[in-house]
Amino acid sequence: MADIALKAPAKPAPRGASAWARLNANRNWLGLWFMMPAAAFLILFLAYPLGLGVWLSLTDAKIGRTGVFVGIENYEWLWDDSIFWLSVFNTLLYTIVASVIKFAVGLYLALLLNENLPFKAMLRAIVLIPFIVPTVLSAIAFWWLYDSQFSIVSWTLRHLGLINSNIDFLGDVWNARWSVIFANIWRGVPFVAITLLAGLQTVSPSLYEAATIDGATAWQRFRHITYPLLTPIIAVVMTFSVLFTFTDFQLIWVLTRGGPVNATQLMATLSYQRAIIAGQLGEGAAIATAMIPFLLAAILISWFGLQRRKWQQGEGND
Amino acid sequence: MTDILRKAALGTTAKAAFTEDHSEGMAYLQTLPRRLVTVYLPLSIILIVLLFPFYWMALTSIKPDDQLLDMERVSPFWTTAPTLKHFYALIFQTNYPLWLWNTMFIAIGATILSIVASVLAAYAIVRLRYRGASFVGGAIFLAYLVPPSILFIPLSTVVFQYGLFDTPFALILTYPTILIPFSTWLLMGYFKTIPYELEECALIDGASRWQILIRIVLPLAVPGLISAFIFCFTLCWNEFIYALTFLSTTAHKTVPVAIVNEFVDGDIYRWGSLMAGALAGSLPLVVLYAFFVEHYVSAMTGAVKE
Repeated sequence: MADIALKAPAKPAPRGASAWARLNANRNWLGLWFMMPAAAFLILFLAYPLGLGVWLSLTDAKIGRTGVFVGIENYEWLWDDSIFWLSVFNTLLYTIVASVIKFAVGLYLALLLNENLPFKAMLRAIVLIPFIVPTVLSAIAFWWLYDSQFSIVSWTLRHLGLINSNIDFLGDVWNARWSVIFANIWRGVPFVAITLLAGLQTVSPSLYEAATIDGATAWQRFRHITYPLLTPIIAVVMTFSVLFTFTDFQLIWVLTRGGPVNATQLMATLSYQRAIIAGQLGEGAAIATAMIPFLLAAILISWFGLQRRKWQQGEGND
Repeated sequence: MTDILRKAALGTTAKAAFTEDHSEGMAYLQTLPRRLVTVYLPLSIILIVLLFPFYWMALTSIKPDDQLLDMERVSPFWTTAPTLKHFYALIFQTNYPLWLWNTMFIAIGATILSIVASVLAAYAIVRLRYRGASFVGGAIFLAYLVPPSILFIPLSTVVFQYGLFDTPFALILTYPTILIPFSTWLLMGYFKTIPYELEECALIDGASRWQILIRIVLPLAVPGLISAFIFCFTLCWNEFIYALTFLSTTAHKTVPVAIVNEFVDGDIYRWGSLMAGALAGSLPLVVLYAFFVEHYVSAMTGAVKE
């Protein structure tokens, strides 16, 4: 109804109105002015730097010196750089493992919270706290929990008799990887759980009742009712989750700064080290630009997930 | 009856209440012992894991130094002699109050700028429907997907060129690029729910678009504005990589950057004050969140659902 009214062509200005008044009733002209502040920010500080980043990656710019065009030399350099490839491996491992576990635990937690529980609203509020607290500050708490000498985790396990000596959480290559992945999961699960819970609450309970009467098991109810109805929201949530895990910087920077021996070096932390600390802006920009294809792939996958969903609902594939 | 009372006490939203009416439907099929194992036990384990780091953070911040590192003499899980020494040191011996002020100033400045820009943009996209509005809407959503990690290097040169380096304005002007796409998308959703007939009446009565926005649309979109404000504020407070890159003077830093860079002297980690700093930096957000949980959740889920 509202759409019909909106789609009508701009109404002709009343006769006798001045050109200025006519202009101010023109929706295209007004739209331009209304868009101005947002567009200014996004063009100056988002679109322009995005293009500038690609350009920088093709130059040998250093801090305090504008570079000259060197073609794809930075990329050739990276191609032969084993640390770069290690960071790609780490980033993919970090993203895939953390996203899969975040999804599984998040969905499980959402299903648990969707049960008929006392203090439901309060539980939901508590679950979200790890997401509210700034990542850096909770990462510092994890840094202390992962301390090589005074870790409470090691202490507890030792006093339970499960281990003999303290675990070196952040000093050992694989321990460090699993430790940062765990911290990332800890922080991401609440987001996934609460957004999926919002999706679950829109599923009509009568569907479950009907399925139960027809003899469906709990797994069948989940597989054939919950999951299909939740697919669109899962696609969006997981896109965000994958994007932000892939480009994560804060958690690694606080916990390990990429160490030990680059075992937890992600592409984002490597580009910061090369560009800001070592001052090689061009090379850092090349690493950052190399992240873009991965991000596009993640977005496209979720896009096609949504498309399939539309088709299942019997809507046109527009 | 008890169900009604419980619902009222929990203050659940209208939508939750709508489904909750039926949720008791099949609960009788499960016995209590079964629910204990399948629901309450896993739920408590997850909650303990989620909350333990905060308990540990709070406990460490009030432990005296000798109990902090001596874990054999006294149980490390609580403290017998709580002290506010670390908070005292934080307030009077460091720049912490200044950092807190910087963070607050930057977060509020960037949030207000973003909300103003987003209200105008969202209104224009949803209601003015100028030529190409849907395309712009899509472009704004894509902008939300551009992560700061790939922008900070070129942005640092831009910030330097504009002479903003090491000033709060470097962050106040760059944070909106993270916030505007999100809040525009959120507000578009809210504006769509306002009946167009209201605006039609106002147009017939001779109101300009600007008057309609200020007098009719905004008052009706207050919940949406609060949601956008809370979420943007939290994001600003949380932001790290821009603050780390664009600020260099100790006195100009924000809380997350200052804690990471200024609190670690050599190899002697000052765990007590580090944890006190982390706790004090988190509390303002947690308190704000406690008052506006529903708005925060609706912001988070609303943006995803659109």
